[in-house]
Amino acid sequence: MHIIVCVKQTPAGENVSVDQNTGCIIRSGESALNPFDEFAIEEAVRVKEKTPGSKVTAVTMGPPQAEAVLREAVARGCDGGVHVCGREFAGSDTWATSYALSQAVKKLSENDPSVLVFCGKQTNDSDTGHIGPQMAQWLGWPGAAFVRKLEAVDGKSVRVQRLMEDGYDVVEMPLPAVLSVIKEINTPRIASLKGRLASKKAQFPKWSAAELGCDPAKLGLDGSPTSVVRCFTPPQRASNTVKIQGETAADKARNLSAALKEAKIL
Amino acid sequence: MDYGFTQLQTEIAQLARELAEKKLKPLRAKADHDEKLPMEVVEEYRASNLFGLWLPEQYGGTGGGVTDLALAIEELSKACGGLALPIATSALGGMPAFMWATAEQREKWIPALASGEKLFAFALTEAEAGSDATALKTTAVLEGDHYVVNGSKHFISTGEVADVYTVAVTTNPKRGARGITLLLIEKGTPGFTFGKKEEKLGIRANTTYELVFQDCKVPVANRLGGEGMGLLAVQETFDYSRPGVAAQALGIAEGALNETIPYLRTRKQFGQPVSSFQAIQHKLADLATKVEAGRALVYSLTLAMDKDYLKAVENALASGASVHDELKKLKTRRWTKESAMSKLFCSDTAMEVASECINLCGGIAYMRDFPVEKYMRDAKITQIYEGTNHIQRNEIAAALIKEYAAG
Repeated sequence: MHIIVCVKQTPAGENVSVDQNTGCIIRSGESALNPFDEFAIEEAVRVKEKTPGSKVTAVTMGPPQAEAVLREAVARGCDGGVHVCGREFAGSDTWATSYALSQAVKKLSENDPSVLVFCGKQTNDSDTGHIGPQMAQWLGWPGAAFVRKLEAVDGKSVRVQRLMEDGYDVVEMPLPAVLSVIKEINTPRIASLKGRLASKKAQFPKWSAAELGCDPAKLGLDGSPTSVVRCFTPPQRASNTVKIQGETAADKARNLSAALKEAKIL
Repeated sequence: MDYGFTQLQTEIAQLARELAEKKLKPLRAKADHDEKLPMEVVEEYRASNLFGLWLPEQYGGTGGGVTDLALAIEELSKACGGLALPIATSALGGMPAFMWATAEQREKWIPALASGEKLFAFALTEAEAGSDATALKTTAVLEGDHYVVNGSKHFISTGEVADVYTVAVTTNPKRGARGITLLLIEKGTPGFTFGKKEEKLGIRANTTYELVFQDCKVPVANRLGGEGMGLLAVQETFDYSRPGVAAQALGIAEGALNETIPYLRTRKQFGQPVSSFQAIQHKLADLATKVEAGRALVYSLTLAMDKDYLKAVENALASGASVHDELKKLKTRRWTKESAMSKLFCSDTAMEVASECINLCGGIAYMRDFPVEKYMRDAKITQIYEGTNHIQRNEIAAALIKEYAAG
């Protein structure tokens, strides 16, 4: 089985800052592997460890420095990675990005049906959660988002638990398939020493739009049906803190319960 | 400070730091309270490849030396000197096994040591043989192709958890120190059981046991080196392992400071942060200076030792001889004096730093739910095991006097 995990380099930290004047994400700081992708990599590597003869390839699309996340993926147990890279991809929204990534997945899978693709739930910079489901759409493969558990997987099919608002669904689908996973699915490992050493030596092929056989009209700004009109950080909600007064602890407790009753909370 | 570490060594330190923060810190208080070694920690060390840092790649290690090992122990000890121990004790038990093994013995024992599949431990101390290790009473009598071992060993770190014990026995009590021999004895060997589990002041996240041997049959093939070579093997082991204790002590000292300084910056008394008082600042400066001096001593020593060690390992793999024999051929010097100095200085520093950190924080640091008092309890052992600091001073003085006597 060929397991493919899609990863992205994003600004480090869970809360990404937005420039209040331009509305753009501030990308001048440190970059890191998208935190949600850690769970996708871990799950991919766990499936590999349980499935003899399988391998994991990481895929990323991004500028040259994004290669760092492929190294991180190898350090965490992936066997290799490919880097979708070129000016023609610049400005792509999620629809164009998922198209480019799905072309890379197609090239990697070489018509072998025994392919399972993992994505993180979303990125910490744009937060859309589009990529997994959109890739499934481009590829014409079954998919599931918000996957919280892999119940069973073999070279032919996969059965997963998909988190819903009121519980979870159990979904079984044939391979090839695309899954995007949530953080409840596992606890990512710390990269081993041998993994770190392997990641230093790893070489990653760079794939251009031409090599992927992409239709140029579907890439970059031209291939992006969405456009960002405005981007802003909502003002912080004012907190209405009420201090409960009272002479003794018992008084304070009585006053608190009275206040809660008045607010119809009790 | 970076003392000229390789990229691999920098990676080791980084990895150990991550493990310390993410895996050890959440477990340390409970492990200390329960006096149990959580096996998940051992699993983490295995998965991270930390048991083979000082062993060649041919056997599944990462090809480093004492520096690699010391860096890992130091970083892990910043979180917990007790939870860091399985790496250190497996190296202590494993060093004589690796350095004195024949090529055939290496094939049998070293891959499991390097992967951590089997933890090693070291058993020298007895009830009547502590600092005077040569007074040991555990006997091994040769009967055909095996020894029959009788006696008991005290205060064995990572006891019961470890799988292979490097045990010092006497094969010839009449010869005293020259009758001591090292045997590898596996857990589960008939006649080998565990006695008392010790309740300790510190490093409570590691198990300390008595080992009991009653007519325990051990194959002659498990003997390291010749009969009577045990004491030399033990001394050589200590040359290489004491910097590891020094590194553990440094980690404990640094960990105590790491908990103390942020507290002093936020704790306000007399209307200002405690860290703004000059009396406090000067104390911190002295403590941090001693720690860095200790690091300079440890790592300049290990980096120098590793040049010999790595060369001897390379030669041993090529020739099929033991690492010990190859070290002898290189006519390299013994590191007894500097090794003793590193343990002496760093362990005394750790005890001072941890104790002063309690003073600096005040009453809160005397309480168990504040993480500083544990560092003092954990620091104490570094002044005692692998030779008390009295013995370290003896070793240093003996070497000094010998140097001056030689002119």
